[in-house]
Amino acid sequence: MTPALPIPEPLPGGDAAPGAGAPAGGVSRRGFLGYVMAASTLVAAADLGLSSPAAAMIPSGPQIPELYDLGDAQTDAARPTANLITIRITENGEAEFALPRSEVGQGITTSTAMIIAEELDLPVDKVHVTLAPARPELAFNQLTGGSNTTVSTYTPIRVAAAIAKQALLEAAAIQLGSVVALLVSKAGVISAPDGSSITYGELAPIAASPVTRPVGIVLKDSSEFTVVGKPQNRVDAHDIVTGKKRFAMDLDIPDALPTMVCRPPTLNGTAKSVRNTLTVQAMPGVTDVAIIPTGVAVRAKTFGQCIDAIRALDVAWNPGTVEGQDDASVLANLRKAELPLLVPNVPLLAKQVNASFEFMFKSSAALEPYCAIADVRGDRAEIWAGLKVPIVAQVEVAKAVDLLQTQVKVNVITGGGSFGHKLFPDHAVEAARASKAFGKPVKLMWHRADEPRQGRMHPMATSRIRATYLGGQVLTFEQRHTSVSTDFTHGFGEMISSLGAQLPTGLGNLGYAELIFTLTQELPYHFGLITQTLTETDQRFKTGSMRNIYSPDVATANELVVDMLAAKMGKDPLAFRLSTLKDARTKAVLKKVAEVGKWGRPMPAGMAQGIAIHKEYKGSTACLVEIDCRPETVNRPIRDGVGGPRVTKAVIAIDAGLVINPRGLEAQMMGGFADGLAMALTGSVHLKEGHFLEASWDNYFYTRQWNIPPDFTAIAMPSNGEQPGGAGEAGVACSVAAVACAYARATGRVPKRFPINHDDPISFEVKPFIPPVPQSPTDGLDWTF
Amino acid sequence: MSQHTFIVNGTSVTVDVEDDVRLLWVLRDVLKLTGPKYGCGINVCKACTSHFNGKAFNPCAVRVADIGPDDEITTIEGLADTAPGDLHPMQEAWLEHDVAQCGYCQPGQIMAAVALVNKAHAQNREITEADLDEIRNVCRCGTYSRIREAIKAGAANM
Repeated sequence: MTPALPIPEPLPGGDAAPGAGAPAGGVSRRGFLGYVMAASTLVAAADLGLSSPAAAMIPSGPQIPELYDLGDAQTDAARPTANLITIRITENGEAEFALPRSEVGQGITTSTAMIIAEELDLPVDKVHVTLAPARPELAFNQLTGGSNTTVSTYTPIRVAAAIAKQALLEAAAIQLGSVVALLVSKAGVISAPDGSSITYGELAPIAASPVTRPVGIVLKDSSEFTVVGKPQNRVDAHDIVTGKKRFAMDLDIPDALPTMVCRPPTLNGTAKSVRNTLTVQAMPGVTDVAIIPTGVAVRAKTFGQCIDAIRALDVAWNPGTVEGQDDASVLANLRKAELPLLVPNVPLLAKQVNASFEFMFKSSAALEPYCAIADVRGDRAEIWAGLKVPIVAQVEVAKAVDLLQTQVKVNVITGGGSFGHKLFPDHAVEAARASKAFGKPVKLMWHRADEPRQGRMHPMATSRIRATYLGGQVLTFEQRHTSVSTDFTHGFGEMISSLGAQLPTGLGNLGYAELIFTLTQELPYHFGLITQTLTETDQRFKTGSMRNIYSPDVATANELVVDMLAAKMGKDPLAFRLSTLKDARTKAVLKKVAEVGKWGRPMPAGMAQGIAIHKEYKGSTACLVEIDCRPETVNRPIRDGVGGPRVTKAVIAIDAGLVINPRGLEAQMMGGFADGLAMALTGSVHLKEGHFLEASWDNYFYTRQWNIPPDFTAIAMPSNGEQPGGAGEAGVACSVAAVACAYARATGRVPKRFPINHDDPISFEVKPFIPPVPQSPTDGLDWTF
Repeated sequence: MSQHTFIVNGTSVTVDVEDDVRLLWVLRDVLKLTGPKYGCGINVCKACTSHFNGKAFNPCAVRVADIGPDDEITTIEGLADTAPGDLHPMQEAWLEHDVAQCGYCQPGQIMAAVALVNKAHAQNREITEADLDEIRNVCRCGTYSRIREAIKAGAANM
C-alpha cells in the first residue's frame, strides 16, 4: 500500500473557504487521502505520517527554532513512516480509536476524542480513545514527548474521522434515497430533506467495505468547529473520582504477585551476594528472592511483605558510580567543562552584564512510582506499564530477557503522571528481569524511597551569560549552558538525529543533546548577536528530562539577565521586554498577564512582582507572579515540609496556536506553574557521600498546598492560526523564571543557585540507606481528622 | 496468618493475613480495592486517604490487626453511597471543576476534602484558605488550585 499523501489537486467542491490557503503547487491544505479498510464494520484509516507542512527551510537568522524547531523535527521524523491509524464505527454508533501515544495526565485522550467528535459529528462521549500497544512498525511515531502529541497527530486523526463520516454519508444516501450533498449529519444521526433518518450504528455494517479502498476527503474548515476550541471536561474524570481508573499497579493479572527491589546504598551500586536468602524466603508471604542487575528482587503476597523482606535482606554490595561524590564535586567537574565566554567585538564604550547560575539535581518522579507487570516465559513475554516510548521498551525488554522483539508484547497503561520519567522503560526492563529470574509473573513497584535515590534525575547544570549594551540597545547576548549529560537513549535522540540531511545546515553533526538544545532554545528578543551553546559532561548519573529538557533552567538564567539589563538601563522590566521582543504573539501574552496581574501595582517592602516569557512548542507563554519574602512568611512553621517565600498571586497566559481544549490547556498551565514554583524555590535532591539524601515527599519538596498562590489565574488565549501547539511542558519555563525574577526584586539579590532553598540546612532527618526503604508506621489512627 | 473482620464500604469482610500487614495492602492486594493509591507507604503523600469510622486516615500506616469487627472503612469506591444521589457532592464538584489530570492522587484528595469539610462543619464554620493550606496530599500534576476551588464548591453542597 502506498503512503497517503496530500491530494495533488483540490477536490471537487472542496477547498473553497477563503483563507484556507493553497500552498505552492496547488495542493489543497484541507484535501487528503485515506482509506476505508476491509472489515465487517466501518473502519476508516489515515497515515499517521500526515501532517501540515512543517517549515522545513534553511534558517537565515541566528535563531534556529524560529524556523525549524524540535517539534518540526519530531513531526518530520514521523513523516516517512507510512503506517495507518484506524477509527472503527461500532454497531452502537460509537467511534473507537487506539491512540499511539501515552496518556499520563496531560489530557490527550480527551483532546483526541474532541478532534474525532468534531470531524465525525458525534458527541464526545460516543468516542472511545484507548492507548495502542507497542506497534514496532510505527518506529519513531510512537513517542510521547516534547509536548508534540497534538502537533503531530491532529491532521491524521482528522483525516481518518472525515473518511469515516464520508463513508457513512455515502451509505446513508443510498439507504435514504437521497444524495450526499443534501444530507445532514448531527450527533450520530444522518437526516435527509424528507425527514427520514438513519443512525451511525445502523450504517456501520452497511458502510463497511469488503476491500480496502483509497478515499479522498476534504477536512472541515475551522470556522465550522463546534467541539474543537470549546472547553471540555476530561473523558476519564468520572472513573477518576470514583476510583475506577486503573493504573498499572491496579491491574489484576493472574499470579503477578507484588515484587519490589532491595536497592544499593549508593547510587547505581550492584548486589554482590545475599547472605540470608533462605531466611528471607521463609518470611510470611514471601515467595521468591533473586539478584538482578539493579539489586535484589523479592516477590510476596502483599507489597507490605515485600517491604519487610527488603528490610530483612543482608546483602553485600558493590560500589556505585559516584562513590564519595557530592554536589560540590560534581559542580567542580561541570565547571571544568565550561566553555569560555568570548570577549565580544563591540564598541569600547559598551558595558557588560555577566551572570552565572547553577541548577541542582531534581527528581522527575511522578506520584505513581515506577510500576510494571511482566510475564516472561521461555518463548514470549508480556508487559503492562505506563510507557511513553513502548517500542523502545519492547526492544530493551527483549534484550534483557534474551527474546526477539517480536516475542514481546507491550501494553501501554495510562500513567499516574510522567514529567519525562516514563520516557524510559527502566521499570519494564526490571520487571521482566525479575519475572525471568523467578520464572513467574510479577507486579513490580518501586518504593517511594527508590525514586529520588536511584531514579532518574534532571541533571545538574550551570548557565553563564555575558551581555553587552550601549545606548539603550543590547548588542550581544552570549549563553554557555553546561550540564551533566542528559540521557536520550529512550529513542528521542535517535529519532531526531535520524533526520540527518533534513535538518537545517550545520546541525547534522551535533550529538543528540547539542542538537536538541539547538532545536529548542530561542531567545526571542532583539538582542543583537545571540549565541547559545550547550556542553555536556559526566555520564555517571541516570538522567532524563523533567517536564522540559533545558528550557526552564535556560529561561530562568535568561530572564534574570533581561531584568538585570533593564535595571542597568533604567527601564521597567515589562516595558523593556515589550520594546525588545520580536514577535506579536509573545508580546500579546505578556501584555495579557501584565494587565490581568496589574503589573506595577505598589507592593510592601519584602514583596515584589516578577514577569517573564517563554517561546517554544509553537506557542508563547508569559507569567506574572507576586512573591512574599518577608521573614514572617518565609519562616512560617510547616510540619514535615518547607515554607519559604510564598507566591501569593500568579497569572499565566499561553498562545498555543489552534486551541483544541481551552479547559485542558489551562489545566496544563496550572500544572506547569506548580512545577516551575518547585524548581525555583524548593525542589531538589542533595548528593552527599555518593548517594542522594532525599527519600520521600517529606524530604523532596515538590509544591504543596501551602506553597500554592491563593490567587491563581490561567489564561488560554483564543485560537491563533490553524496549527495546534504544545501544552504539557509549555507552562514551566516562564513560571520558574517569573518566580526567580520576583524573588530577585523582592530581596534585592539575584539568586545564583536553584532552587533557592538548596543551601538551607537539611530540614529533615535523613532516612537510612541500609535497609534502603523505611518501614511503614503503625500510628495512622492517631492522625485521623 | 490470622483472620481479621471489619466493614469495608458497608459490607463486613474477613481476611486471612498476618497481623502486621498494613491495611493499604489488605485493601489493594487482598481485597482488590484499588481506589486508595500507594505513593509513599509512610503516611506523608496521603494518596491512600480513606475514612475510618467517618474520619480521614491513611491505611498505609495502620496494621490490619488494629481494626476491629465494627470499624467501618470507607474507600473512594464507597464514598458515593454515603450521600444521596449518584455521587457525593465532593465528587460532583471535582467533575464540575475538571480537577483531575493523571488522577492518581485524586481519590485521596477527595477523601481528605470530605473529611476536612465535615470537620469544619462540625465546628459550625466554613472552610478557610488556612484549612486548604493544611491539606498534605501531594498532587504531582499540580492541580492544587482547582482542588481548592472544588473543595469550596463541594462544601457548599454538603
